[in-house]
Amino acid sequence: MSVTIYVPRDAAALALGAEKVAEAVTQEIAARGIDAKIMRNGSRGMFWLEPLVEVEVSGKRIGYGPVKVKDVAALFDAGLESGGDHALCLGEVEGLPFLKEQTRLTFARCGVVDPLSLKDYEAHGGLAGLRRAADMAPADVVKEVTESGLRGRGGAGFPTGIKWKTVLDAVGERKYIVCNADEGDSGTFADRMIMEGDPFVLIEGMAIAGLATGATKGFIYIRSEYPHAIATMTEAVEIAGGAGILGASVLSSGRAFDIEVRTGAGAYVCGEETSLLNSLEGKRGVVRAKPPLPAHQGLFACPTVINNVISLASVPVILEKGAVFYRDFGMGRSRGTIPLQIAGNVKHGGLYETAFGLSLGDIVERIGGGTATGRPVKAVQVGGPLGAYFPRTLFDTPFDYEAFAAKDGLIGHAGIVIFDDTVDMLKQARFAMEFCAVESCGKCTPCRIGSTRGVETADKIAQGIEPEKNRALLADLCNTMKFGSLCALGGFTPYPVTSAMTHFPDDFAPTPLIEAAE
Amino acid sequence: MNAHVANGDIAERTRAIVGALRSLEGPLLPILHEVQDEFGYVPHEALPVIASELNLSRAEVHGVMTFYHDYRDHPAGRHVLKLCRAEACQSMGGDAVADRMKTLLGVDFHQTALDGSVTLEPVYCLGLCACAPAAMLDGELYGRIDDQTIADLVAEVRR
Repeated sequence: MSVTIYVPRDAAALALGAEKVAEAVTQEIAARGIDAKIMRNGSRGMFWLEPLVEVEVSGKRIGYGPVKVKDVAALFDAGLESGGDHALCLGEVEGLPFLKEQTRLTFARCGVVDPLSLKDYEAHGGLAGLRRAADMAPADVVKEVTESGLRGRGGAGFPTGIKWKTVLDAVGERKYIVCNADEGDSGTFADRMIMEGDPFVLIEGMAIAGLATGATKGFIYIRSEYPHAIATMTEAVEIAGGAGILGASVLSSGRAFDIEVRTGAGAYVCGEETSLLNSLEGKRGVVRAKPPLPAHQGLFACPTVINNVISLASVPVILEKGAVFYRDFGMGRSRGTIPLQIAGNVKHGGLYETAFGLSLGDIVERIGGGTATGRPVKAVQVGGPLGAYFPRTLFDTPFDYEAFAAKDGLIGHAGIVIFDDTVDMLKQARFAMEFCAVESCGKCTPCRIGSTRGVETADKIAQGIEPEKNRALLADLCNTMKFGSLCALGGFTPYPVTSAMTHFPDDFAPTPLIEAAE
Repeated sequence: MNAHVANGDIAERTRAIVGALRSLEGPLLPILHEVQDEFGYVPHEALPVIASELNLSRAEVHGVMTFYHDYRDHPAGRHVLKLCRAEACQSMGGDAVADRMKTLLGVDFHQTALDGSVTLEPVYCLGLCACAPAAMLDGELYGRIDDQTIADLVAEVRR
């Protein structure tokens, strides 16, 4: 019987050499005359083990990793095709604690299936949600999503069902579903992983959104920094169209829905929903003032659902298993599961999907295993470049939208970036301002000018120029940006800056003037 | 990629690109991407052609082209090396990698080496945050960059 050997095609696995490993595996199979085929799966999300080569032996997947090209021959000498023992052998992959303790609802298939095989997708539960939605009245689909408690996983945390209901009730000649795949936050890669590892789940989620709201056209706006995701999504959309999942009659429901993949052009602010809409329309990615809400007047002034990748990819399982099933995970008003992205200076970095509610310290220390450098953790930035830096003293904060807000932080897209004790928090605060200055769309003054002034002020503090006065000025600038900016870019940049000043005051302490030291 | 394209040729080829893509909803970004793919940059001469074909003002097309980081108004080097400058990569020594790369290549960010071998660009996140620091050379990804990777990348662009 032919053996299947899995070598990931996920961008992070490729960045760690998966392509060359796949070539070496192919050569060994041919040279040894082994009856085996290679499957290029997505990633399981355990990046310290990538490239993770797996082999299916009597229904179980045995893993080897991290595999380098020079290890491949030895792995075959040890009998890789039959799960033979070797120093890199990890045993059954599903049994590894990092995977075993997760609750994978959205990522259930990622790393498991062939990303572009519809047969594989269906064999692992795919399309069950869309089939059910196609038999339901649109309002009932919306109700199901509302009752699941799903909130936008892109960062703002707005209830998805309410957004959908607004579009369902809105009057318009055309309606659109726009998928925000402009995942530009440092520390986040869940969107990329799902698009590369299980693209059909996003297509299914968008089709459900289309049926639920009466939208007939969907756009996936993917950032240009993700060429592999763009390629996989484009191919998957084509396959889905050919199989009647998209097109004039979705799954023979008589209702039309089509998807087009679009590539961004390197502007972080286009992750903000109204900028993204302008960009799709072929304009500068400048923020729009709200109201009108995109749900009333979005893309080309038509009612538009705009959701993040993970929000839409979470919908199929909700329709498949029901709102109650999903809602039963989580805590407080944070329901269901959240794909945590553990990144930066960390031993066990990767994707960890779990119900809301784990403490930050548990995530960083136990699951992440602490820093990669082995030094003590000093700060953890949650929620991307606009998220707050948390010190160890806040490690008991549970992962929950409200609990983070109560500590002046945000969950955002659930990216968690860990820093060891060598980090200079004044430098990080300056970077936050600098990033905002580079990426500001320029529409509103607090963001456009405040960020540049922020960089200058941080530099003065670093040079010891009137430190007390400049710290007060920086705090004042943050206040103006927070309350005066039109969108989250200017409005949230104060989070990393203020949190750095609050929790790490020593790094902002006056240093002697350079002249004085000479 | 051809840095020496005759003006008439640019207009003609741009018109063909617009013709193929104009039926898209909001076609300007796809057109600019395609023009950049065709010429390696967005030639100054292409903008009035796009504007007239799409019935937009020249200012509008210019405004869009200059808003986005991806579009360049002059040819890049033979290789384009993008280094991630975002927080996750910073936490793993990304700043030191950037400094070393600048020194070895003799260029700063947004610059092309004098011999035309490489253009160095900053990028804010490649989604490789769990295997930082990261870079992309001509679309190929590199994670956990160390001294060896830096040496390999420099050798690659100099080849």
